[in-house]
Amino acid sequence: MSRTETSDQYADSRDTTEGRVFTVTGGDWESITQAVDPLSQERLVVNMGPQHPSTHGVLRLVLELEGETVTEARVVVGYLHTGIEKNLEYRNWTQGTTFVTRADYLAPIFNETGYCLAVEKLLGIEEQIPARANTIRVMMMELNRISSHLIWLATTGMELGALTMMIFGFREREKILDIFESASGLRMNMAYVRPGGLAQDLPEEGLVKIKQFLKDMPGHLREYEDLLSGSPIWQERTQGVAYLDVSGCLALGVTGPVLRSAGLAWDLRKTMPYCGYETYDFDVATHNGADVWGRYMVRLEEIRQSLRIVEQCVERLEPGPVMVADKKIAWPAQLALGADGLGNSLNHVKHIMGQSMESLIHHFKLVTEGFRVPAGQVYTAIEAARGELGVHAVSEGGTRPHRVHLREPSFINLQAIPAMAEGALIADVIAGGASLDPVMGGCDR
Amino acid sequence: MSENIQPNESRPPGEPAELRDPQVADQRGLFGVAGTGDTSGFGGLVRHTTAASALVSTPRPYGEYFDEVVDVLTENDAIAEEAVKAVVIDRGEMTIHVAPDAIREVCRVMRDDESLRFELCNSVSGVDYPDRATRLHVVYHLTSMTYRRRVRLEVAVTVEDPHVDSVTSVYPTADWQERETYDMFGVVFDGHPNLTRILMPDDWSGHPQRKDYPLGGIPVEYKGAEIPPPNERRAYK
Repeated sequence: MSRTETSDQYADSRDTTEGRVFTVTGGDWESITQAVDPLSQERLVVNMGPQHPSTHGVLRLVLELEGETVTEARVVVGYLHTGIEKNLEYRNWTQGTTFVTRADYLAPIFNETGYCLAVEKLLGIEEQIPARANTIRVMMMELNRISSHLIWLATTGMELGALTMMIFGFREREKILDIFESASGLRMNMAYVRPGGLAQDLPEEGLVKIKQFLKDMPGHLREYEDLLSGSPIWQERTQGVAYLDVSGCLALGVTGPVLRSAGLAWDLRKTMPYCGYETYDFDVATHNGADVWGRYMVRLEEIRQSLRIVEQCVERLEPGPVMVADKKIAWPAQLALGADGLGNSLNHVKHIMGQSMESLIHHFKLVTEGFRVPAGQVYTAIEAARGELGVHAVSEGGTRPHRVHLREPSFINLQAIPAMAEGALIADVIAGGASLDPVMGGCDR
Repeated sequence: MSENIQPNESRPPGEPAELRDPQVADQRGLFGVAGTGDTSGFGGLVRHTTAASALVSTPRPYGEYFDEVVDVLTENDAIAEEAVKAVVIDRGEMTIHVAPDAIREVCRVMRDDESLRFELCNSVSGVDYPDRATRLHVVYHLTSMTYRRRVRLEVAVTVEDPHVDSVTSVYPTADWQERETYDMFGVVFDGHPNLTRILMPDDWSGHPQRKDYPLGGIPVEYKGAEIPPPNERRAYK
């Protein structure tokens, strides 16, 4: 092979009788395909997380890949274990709400309500909870369901490439957090629901915000659908992806929107009602796709149904107490906003400090010691945003829980990731994992 | 101190015996208060405690669907007679106490029998009762979606021999929950495919949710005062 001065790096040339002939190299794949592809024999193990923007917090996935196909997926949790259940055993029953509210931090009202229903069942005072407290609980739970689903839409949209959805989702969620703030003083981790009722009544300002939200939200929902539902990219990334049918869900204990997206209308609000859900008019959203698309459709519909429930709550909200009448359980305070922040109302402080020694003792005993809960164990379950949130509470008769276990839907549902991901593409692991809507604070507790 | 005091080991040295009224020998403190010493009225609440390790069945009829569930379960040939140790009905919930080596078979019958159909295993968790002989309890909550029923199964083992049959072959969802119970309580589930720690680090020693495992914590200074960690604070018994 003779080289000329104008030789090309990628095309050797030689002069022949027909003229100069170039031999193009670099596109010669035969030698590569003839050799055995090393990738097909080598297990490629990819570690994803615990610090990864697409794993919803500190979830770690260990994926075994063959090319882009996942052959084995392992889920590693525990990076956000905070010992909430152990800590509960060292605080009184009322203080417990401030701990459980921090478990699933995107759905604090559900944690509080589930826990309080368990304590109330142990105390045997379920029937004594005032109607107004129950209505506000339902209203707050449904608002929380909307805010949690909005975060799901936002983060899943972001992970699948719809960045605008993230901005929109967080924007509307902020409106709900404003409502929580006007009711409890806190945006998140409110400890608003307490054993026996609520920490304080919903102020008029909060109700105004709720009514405004009810007016605005349907329009926003149409916006989300315009953004996502018709988008071919969104459809490609979600339809037929991360399939899990009803028997798979039941075997793995998966509940909530994921189970309903497989077609089973199992919603504890309908099937085993609590907090008076049987008196509200709403439908259970289902889909038969059993894929990410189905879960998207179910969650959108659940937001609409939640809006319906909140509307009914606003209509039936009557003035009244928000705490049980039993002074041995009811938190002895009417909170009011003072110069130094939220605290006991001045009238209450005047009463216990200047007028009634018994009230002072009573206040002191209830706040420092707490109430005693008769021994026994109960299991209460509510339909949280992610599925069944169960609370197994055990009392030995003291002022502190003997044991509280949270059956967290995030923890249980995450077991389904291998079933969804194995055999699929690595990109679908993100979509499938996101469709479970795991929150690691709840998962690891 | 007078000379007619008889040595009494149950009394702290230096305490005069004649001041102790035999009628109120249990009393302590200046005011001779019995119980909690509670003057606020809270003492009026009757305190129920579960007798240590006493397993007493609720007398029949249990009411609701409870009788049917127990009848179908005990009449099944696969369930040995001693598998069901007790049935307790409390606050409208049923607890079936099961022998540790029978739990898998009981779960299988609970799931497969047409008149039981407990398709969903909601929750598996542990409870530590330090005062009882079999102190480690594993609690299973099952739901029948067909009949809309709930049932609790409970298994008790000792710390020395904490072996319980794994139910993962019946309810795959129990996988992580049994791992958590092992992690937190040290209950060993025989037949579990991968019984490793799940929430605590792999090299952790001890089982944090046991009652003899300290909560830990450090004292915190606040405005000059030192606040002890939660497990060293004053507790009301």
